[in-house]
Amino acid sequence: MNRYPTWLNLLVLGILLLGSLLALPNIYGSAPAIQVSELDGRPFDAGMIDQLETVLEREGLVAKEAFLQDGRVVVTFDSEDEQHKSHTILRERFSDIANVAFSSAPELPSWMRSIGLNPMSLGLDLRGGVYVLLEVDMESAINSRLQSYSQDFADRLRDERIRSRADVVDQSVVIRLTSESDLEAARDIIRAADNEVLISDGGDGRSLRVRMSEAQVRARQDFAIEQNITTIRNRVDQLGVSEPLVQRQGVNRIIVQLPGLQDPEELNKILTATATLEFRLVDTSGDSPGSRLYQGRPGIPGQMLKREVIASGDQIVDAESGFSQGQPAVFITLDSAGGERMLDTTRANLNKPMSTVFIETERVPYENPDGSISYRTTRTEEIINTATIRGVFKNSFQTTGLSSQEARDLALLLRAGALAAPVYKVEDRTIGPSLGQDNIDRGFNAVAIGFIAVIIFMAIYYRGFGLIANLALLSNLVFIVALLSLLQASLTLPGIAGIVLTVGMAVDANVLIFERIREELAGGNSPQGSIHSGYEKALSSIADANITTLIAAIVLFAFGTGPIKGFAITLTLGIMTSMFTAIVGTRAVVNLVFGGRRLESLPI
Amino acid sequence: MRLIKDKPNIDFLSKTRRNIALSLSAILLVVSIVSLMTRGLDFGIDFTGGVLLEVGYSQAANLESIRDRLNEAGFDDHRVTRFGAETDVQVRLPPQIGAEPDAIRESLRGILAADDPNVELRRVEFVSAQVGDELAEQGGLALIFALLMIFAYVMFRFQWKFAAGAVAALAHDVILTVGFFSVFGISFDLSVVAAVLAVIGYSLNDTVVAFDRIRENFVKLRGESAEASMNTSINEMLARTIITGLTTILVLTALLLLGGEAVAPFSIALIVGIVVGTYSSIYTASAVALLLDVSAQDLMPPEVDPDLIDDLP
Repeated sequence: MNRYPTWLNLLVLGILLLGSLLALPNIYGSAPAIQVSELDGRPFDAGMIDQLETVLEREGLVAKEAFLQDGRVVVTFDSEDEQHKSHTILRERFSDIANVAFSSAPELPSWMRSIGLNPMSLGLDLRGGVYVLLEVDMESAINSRLQSYSQDFADRLRDERIRSRADVVDQSVVIRLTSESDLEAARDIIRAADNEVLISDGGDGRSLRVRMSEAQVRARQDFAIEQNITTIRNRVDQLGVSEPLVQRQGVNRIIVQLPGLQDPEELNKILTATATLEFRLVDTSGDSPGSRLYQGRPGIPGQMLKREVIASGDQIVDAESGFSQGQPAVFITLDSAGGERMLDTTRANLNKPMSTVFIETERVPYENPDGSISYRTTRTEEIINTATIRGVFKNSFQTTGLSSQEARDLALLLRAGALAAPVYKVEDRTIGPSLGQDNIDRGFNAVAIGFIAVIIFMAIYYRGFGLIANLALLSNLVFIVALLSLLQASLTLPGIAGIVLTVGMAVDANVLIFERIREELAGGNSPQGSIHSGYEKALSSIADANITTLIAAIVLFAFGTGPIKGFAITLTLGIMTSMFTAIVGTRAVVNLVFGGRRLESLPI
Repeated sequence: MRLIKDKPNIDFLSKTRRNIALSLSAILLVVSIVSLMTRGLDFGIDFTGGVLLEVGYSQAANLESIRDRLNEAGFDDHRVTRFGAETDVQVRLPPQIGAEPDAIRESLRGILAADDPNVELRRVEFVSAQVGDELAEQGGLALIFALLMIFAYVMFRFQWKFAAGAVAALAHDVILTVGFFSVFGISFDLSVVAAVLAVIGYSLNDTVVAFDRIRENFVKLRGESAEASMNTSINEMLARTIITGLTTILVLTALLLLGGEAVAPFSIALIVGIVVGTYSSIYTASAVALLLDVSAQDLMPPEVDPDLIDDLP
């Protein structure tokens, strides 16, 4: 009686060994490191390691270790001093092909690294960093789309010799025609241009109101947010932070998480910035339809500019800041479509003036009549320079009229791509690295002390069986750490609290079993029979209790964000591992120690 | 070792004790609800939105001078408190409408560094009021949803009278735990919501274990009244209830004392919840099931009507 078949014993042993192996990387410390990754995301090969090491050696710096991880090169150092020096050198030398970021790397033996083992990752509250939640201004995303619709429709109607005016009013394009007889023709032209938009009569017999269909609105919103995520990811990459996270949340929000970022100021400057450029021809004759007066920067005269945009920020593929004839300048490269358009325009408009418009959007609060606060997005458009087209050019040119700081910032923003719609912060949390370390120390201390107290209590209260339960508790901790390392789910402070709670619950399962065994013994059952029915009868209670808690944990996981999610993850993992260790694990040991022989009494 | 002698025989569910327990619960519930309605909860910025800073000075901080400087700079409604050590200060401000987080950060840094240029900003958090509202809604939804799921599970595993008893006990525990935060004015943040949900899990764990034994004894002690069977079950489970509660509280006390200020509200919520939950699984859950006139028949497999069999072909 009370013998597990050999295969089951081996299985338990195997799982324990596997868990220990997965948890093992966590006992190693970490070293200051630099992480070098290819700008366009292609993986580096071993050749890059040699290159980096050669460059460092030339400067008298020795890497402790250099290895490839997910296509990135990680170089570790003995001291932070060496890390900082190397960062400067590598950045200077490789910034055109790679991102060079500060990082820290676990000092694992190489065999462990080669089979892909990693320690668990720590959440921002444990290692410091920045968490920002951005909201995308969807109204402006829709409006900018409507703006381009209105220009497109106006162009098409003009091509068909229909006189009209198109404006964006109230989330729709209103097209006013000069003659009623054009109404049907105009409707057909718009329909032909885009058969998804909703066209209704303007009410006065000679205007049309065009709205985007729901599917188009949704598609536009998705585009705006995806585009913004790409842009923000590019911008964040310029900061050189290892393991940045940029992720969509819900319909209109973006999470940006930058573990270990030391200087949030730099991030703030570029995260929500919307600065971009547009190039337009000056309306010298003053008769082009839709021309508008643009203000100039102080010292720059305002101009009537044509409605057509020759090129705008989203067609810029590269931008560098520098100096041209002693003035700060941005050197711009357009994509091929933009380049073609620039070529056509410059060829057709030689010796005519063209303006560069600097655009920035900003959110301004205003008070509603009922006292609540709403926000409105304002767009500032200023001419930074107007120059006569002296020659034909295509996709490479330069523009001046900014301060050197502005030129640098603008070049970075243009390089990273423009935001498809403005974003603003709704949440911003910065945790300093020292607080993170503090939280780790405290959390681990609390878990350790609480754990030891429970172990002592169990050993005194249940003697031999208590020691077996303690083995189960220990292996339960190992399993939780192993699963967290395997899933690379971040451990957070609430996560540690979840582990603490699991320890309590794991104890409960064993208490239930042991109390049952005591009852059986008191009721006159034999020692072997008591073990058997103790485990059997306690099972349904343990299962019910754990399943209900699991329900609560899963609801937490589904509804929760941030700290709640961290708690739910460890609680869920802990419940599952503790069921295994408390029921199967302890039984395997109990069977090995007590099973299959005559017993007079049990040490319980 | 034994905490309790082999077979305790305490009459937990006698009329007088039940009435005392019910009155005690009623009084505590009324106090909690009145406090929740009049004083409300001291919601953290997770729910209200606002600005929270934790700073560390190199020597003991002068709170008065920080408050004066904040007033001068036009920050109203600020709350400046020590946070753990003498040198650590927490500053909390209501949502700053229309101001960019970065601008506020800079002006606050200036204010806090006036006394000590080496001040360290350990934590700076901005939450807009709108995000706070959404979180509060989410937290409430999670709570209601969890309770519904649990009711469904207990009904499926036991029977609706037990499910009603279990959910009554849970509601009791949640209201008392949240009420405790209201009465003592402890900051109620997102981690406390997590703790309250964990309390639900724990209290339920306790209740389900008790019900499991009650069901077993309803079958075993067929002749006894429902009240007597329940009482026997509670007595049999007493050692387990106390030991589990004790070990969990042991760990949580370590977390409260050593885990730092950040997890203190979380630990308090769990400790209060577990004490209340242990009490309620003995009294509230069983008392409600008894009030609903639970009987052994409720848990028996339904007997097949012999007439029905005759009708079969």
